[in-house]
Amino acid sequence: MTTSTDFMQLGLFLLALLALSWPLGGYMAAVLEGRNHPLARILGWLERGLYRVCGVDPTREMDWKEYALAMFLFNVAGFAVLYLLLRVQGLLPLNPDGQTGMAPDLAFNTAMSFITNTNWQAYSGENAASHLTQMLGLTVHNFVSAATGIAVLTALIRGLIRRETRELGNFWTDLVRSTLYILLPLAFVLSLALCWQGVPQTFRGTVNATLAEPVVYEIAPGADALKTDPALKPTPAIATQQAIMRGPMASQEAIKELGTNGGGFFNANSAHPFENPTPLSNFLEMLAILLIPAALCHTFGRMVGDARQGWMLLGAMTALFLGFLALCWWAESQGSPQIAAIIGTPAGNMEGKELRFGVMNSALFATITTATSCGAVNTMHDSLTPLGGLVPMVLMQLGEVVFGGVGSGLYGMVVFAVITVFVAGLMVGRTPEYLGKKIEAFETKMCSLVIMVPLFGVLLGTGWAVLTGMGRGAVANPGAHGFSEILYAFSSMANNNGSAFAGLSANNALYNLLGGIVMCTSRFWTAIPVLALAGSLAGKKAVPTGAGTLPTHTPLFCGLLVAVVLVVGALTFIPALALGPIVEHLQMLGR
Amino acid sequence: MLRDILHTLRPACLMLVVLSLLTGLAYPALVTGLAQVLFPRQADGSLIGKGGHVAGSSLIGQPFASSAYFWGRPSATSPQPYNAAASGGSNLGPTNPAQLKSVAERAAALRKANADGPVPAELVTASASGLDPHISPTAALYQAGRVARERGLPEEVVRGLITRRAEGRQLGFLGEERVNVLLLNRDLDSLAATGQNGGNRP
Repeated sequence: MTTSTDFMQLGLFLLALLALSWPLGGYMAAVLEGRNHPLARILGWLERGLYRVCGVDPTREMDWKEYALAMFLFNVAGFAVLYLLLRVQGLLPLNPDGQTGMAPDLAFNTAMSFITNTNWQAYSGENAASHLTQMLGLTVHNFVSAATGIAVLTALIRGLIRRETRELGNFWTDLVRSTLYILLPLAFVLSLALCWQGVPQTFRGTVNATLAEPVVYEIAPGADALKTDPALKPTPAIATQQAIMRGPMASQEAIKELGTNGGGFFNANSAHPFENPTPLSNFLEMLAILLIPAALCHTFGRMVGDARQGWMLLGAMTALFLGFLALCWWAESQGSPQIAAIIGTPAGNMEGKELRFGVMNSALFATITTATSCGAVNTMHDSLTPLGGLVPMVLMQLGEVVFGGVGSGLYGMVVFAVITVFVAGLMVGRTPEYLGKKIEAFETKMCSLVIMVPLFGVLLGTGWAVLTGMGRGAVANPGAHGFSEILYAFSSMANNNGSAFAGLSANNALYNLLGGIVMCTSRFWTAIPVLALAGSLAGKKAVPTGAGTLPTHTPLFCGLLVAVVLVVGALTFIPALALGPIVEHLQMLGR
Repeated sequence: MLRDILHTLRPACLMLVVLSLLTGLAYPALVTGLAQVLFPRQADGSLIGKGGHVAGSSLIGQPFASSAYFWGRPSATSPQPYNAAASGGSNLGPTNPAQLKSVAERAAALRKANADGPVPAELVTASASGLDPHISPTAALYQAGRVARERGLPEEVVRGLITRRAEGRQLGFLGEERVNVLLLNRDLDSLAATGQNGGNRP
């Protein structure tokens, strides 16, 4: 039931976000422009040392192709190392719980997932990843995939502000500065705050606790055993111990949220009491997810020399966000009429939710984690009400531009802004301009690519999976909800989100391989066209603002941008959504 | 093109190595060192118990089936409930007949053991982690009569324990009001152990 306290929590959350994103945005602009700032004085020696070790000249400027090549090769190297690490983790140290190497298809999917900032997890952390993998494999990519996003965004901003040049900056300096001065300090502070709230941080492994009351349960016979003897009965068993798994969690949890990564230490992710122990840790985690994507809007405004441009983008994102949040929150507070009839009282939907968060903080987290491309969850999305589950799905399908991933969300939104000035230009019959740069055929083509590639990933991936027995066999819920599970999976992977309708048994060759390919194309076939766009914009002259220029900082433009984002998404996905959550909602009401 | 690739590959690999050492080893090691000094109890998992004996973690729920204990949220972990080595929810959708069936069964069992009338929603729905340590004060009070009866305690004593264990919203406005089931049940047991009010262990 919605109370005034719920509104107060939401209000204070938005206020905290607003208050923190403005100074952070300014600071990030200073970092990315290479200006002097306090941390550079403290850590400057480390930055220069890193360049020296790697043989990088930080003053050398790159054109868009060199920039894209450096970005791509860095990620290819990351993929190769992570894949190997996942395969052989059983032979390596820091493995107190004796995890074994991953199967090739699962390792492929997982490595692809983490280098692309998706963090789709076809494995469950408890029994598939060693401490070394969590740190040296997964935590590293939580940092550098987010830093890659910031770097690509920075190159795009330089393309907008520079004139008649090929130079877009240096990928290595953008990568190192984002990691060293933005992500690491924030993650350091947040990880200690989370540990204070109860998130473990230790190199010790599992500890066995004696249960207060032994639990009697049944072990179901395996599917293979049942095939040979269908009359097999479940074996009764008794457990007197609880295996409490521990590890270096707080350090990973912090960057998992800050980098909009979302790959949890545990299967239950941020719903697990160790990953998210208290309402305060939940508040901090939600804030951490939105903080950098929101602050980058201000960074954009500062760097293009017009803070209003940043406010406009932030306004469009916030408007979309609040609209979808209202729908999700309302649907979850209503709950299911069937369950209300059984328990004899109206109640919000508590299936798959943690009591300490309740309905409001679960709906808020679900909206935040899919508005951004984070994908961490504090509630099981598969058990959301049909409309409550539609919201995360749509937010991903819009292309992860409502805040979106660190860096990638804003470059996606800037692409939508370019498309919006193009559409507006068509309406009045004028060559469109954005921030003083003419938008011509090449730019429009690159922007279309950025928007279209994830759309194809979602629809073709879903189509392929529902046509194959392996794809259909993985669903856990019958009927329309089963289709939603598949649609959700490809919406998530093709937009580099990583959350799931987790009933889907996604650890099979089809989802691992097809999903890995979809994650890869969606990440790089958008990042590389964005760099091409940046290169082309940088080469142009600036057009002086005239009476016919469409100003791009006004509420009118903001409304137009929101409309374009919604129309592109709606035209593409309403048919698919009608087969999944919409029909399920009608079934729930009509039963 | 090939020359460009070879030329870029070297800094790409070196950069990966140094950033991996920095973010994958130095950062977690530094945080671990500080956390172990600043928050040793939390950093090791908020364990409870005396000496070398670990009785659980105050953050991780445990299964309780006996009528003389408060019951927590249904847990969908496998194979046993509250399996902390395999967290997760039921992932059942709201229109799934299996979901409606288990909710109906749980509601019937609760009504039989406690009282007819409305049943608290969190006692018939599985938590997200399967390890949820909390129920609402309402859900605890709903069970107070049963627990008091089973333990031969006056109901006010049991209600007093609940009030003492109830946690308000954090900082006054965050999250939900809640009671930690494991800690509450340990209170019941220590009450029985000290022999106050003639309470008995199950």
